Amino acid sequence: MKSFTYERAATPAAATAAFAKTKGARFIAGGTNLLDLMKLEIETPAHLIDVSRLSLDTIEPTREGGLRIGAMVRNTDLAADARVRRDYGLVSRALVAGASGQLRNKATTAGNLLQRTRCPYFYDTNQPCNKRTPGSGCAAIGGFNRLHAVVGASDACIATHPSDMAVAMQALDATVETVDAAGKARAIPLANFYRAPLDTPHLETVLAPGELITAVTLPKPVGGTHIYHKVRDRASYAFALISVGAVVQKDGSGRVALGGVGYKPWRAAAADAEMPRGAKAVTAALLAGAKTSHENAYKLPLVERTLAAVLAQAKG
Amino acid sequence: MVTPQEFPISRRGLIAGGAASVAAVTVAPPLAAEATAGNAAAPPPTARVAFEVNGTPHDLELDTRTTLLDALREHLRLTGTKKGCDHGQCGACTVIVDGRRINSCLSLAVQHDGDKITTIEGLGLPGTLHKMQQAFIVHDGYQCGYCTPGQICSAVAVLGEIAAGVPSHVTADLTDAPQVTARELRERMSGNICRCGAYSNIVDAIADVAGVKA
Repeated sequence: MKSFTYERAATPAAATAAFAKTKGARFIAGGTNLLDLMKLEIETPAHLIDVSRLSLDTIEPTREGGLRIGAMVRNTDLAADARVRRDYGLVSRALVAGASGQLRNKATTAGNLLQRTRCPYFYDTNQPCNKRTPGSGCAAIGGFNRLHAVVGASDACIATHPSDMAVAMQALDATVETVDAAGKARAIPLANFYRAPLDTPHLETVLAPGELITAVTLPKPVGGTHIYHKVRDRASYAFALISVGAVVQKDGSGRVALGGVGYKPWRAAAADAEMPRGAKAVTAALLAGAKTSHENAYKLPLVERTLAAVLAQAKG
Repeated sequence: MVTPQEFPISRRGLIAGGAASVAAVTVAPPLAAEATAGNAAAPPPTARVAFEVNGTPHDLELDTRTTLLDALREHLRLTGTKKGCDHGQCGACTVIVDGRRINSCLSLAVQHDGDKITTIEGLGLPGTLHKMQQAFIVHDGYQCGYCTPGQICSAVAVLGEIAAGVPSHVTADLTDAPQVTARELRERMSGNICRCGAYSNIVDAIADVAGVKA
């Protein structure tokens, strides 16, 4: 690991100010992903600003009847919150489908959104990777890409976003709240938060350097049956091959987002509109234009069948 | 670096020390490398951190890169906590911080200022074993023993999480209180890998402590 200096920020304003005046700075919260990548020297910050003790660790009701989840709320606490379990079951279900108990105790809401891909070529510093080393090429294209994206990918990168929580939040129309070094706050719909890889896959979100996530807000509860179905290589503690997060209403309408298929949780208004017509129609709308390799073509029928199982479960 | 004088020489220490001596003789750095390594002269950044481990306060000045795991093992000589994968995948390094289990390998020591840390040594020692340690012995919940401290710290915390109503992937109804069942224990312990495969006995040991039949 490269050496770095360290400071603990007392307020969000102090954190963003510290970032602005230090070269090579990064924020660290739970650190479960960043520290792992630092050990491999994939991430090499010169300065760490510890934001884990910021008082952004509460879950509060919003005036609109939704919830405002502080950026530092731990994954375990979010999954266990009584309001989340009752009104946003999809978020609880997605969280407990991810990682391990130890990691969920440490990982934060903001950190979960910002975790980086688990593409094995991104992790292997002997391999080319445009996300890790821009311009070096992509070893996953033409390589072992069973785990990789089937939608939204580019000729530079076919990595997927690994978060389960983000899939649930995308289905529930979450918004990411941030503050920058000038003290300016903004709200970014999660749908617009992740950047398509194009020819710059190292740029993953629309956040400006030093912009700090302060909260994630959920709109008022939408009711319905909340189901998160994750398909993985082992029964627990593995990243998704694909996952389906859905909210299904009694009349068959609803919303659906997919994990494990693209650089962000995958959702489309046209697909939601097909919900009453069943899994085949929804999948066709969601995965229109999918580009697969011989190794990950299985994801298309797997999405359809998993969604069919989810819709059957919702009917009871 | 603190010299571990409190430790009698063990077989492991003797082998490690011997290996280091050999290495020093055979791969002494060339003089040119020393002269050009300008940055090597500057000591790495350090930071001060104070935390409590098993009820004992410690105040340390550490290289900022030091993980909580390395602080416990290499600086405080609490070698009960094990380093397995060092990437948060195996759970051998599990300790309990302020009542919550975490992977100590994926946590910087300097981030733990003011924290109360419990390691396997803090749960119980020979003669004063924690009931979870005793249950692992009774149920033969290990073979080589390397993952065991992490398994036991995790197991103690798992029962706390169930009692606190934290749901898991296999909890049938999110709005009901989760129960101690073999299925719940298996799911919740999935972050602790045992390559000897003592899993079924580990579940029996935890269930025994919880007072249920696995």
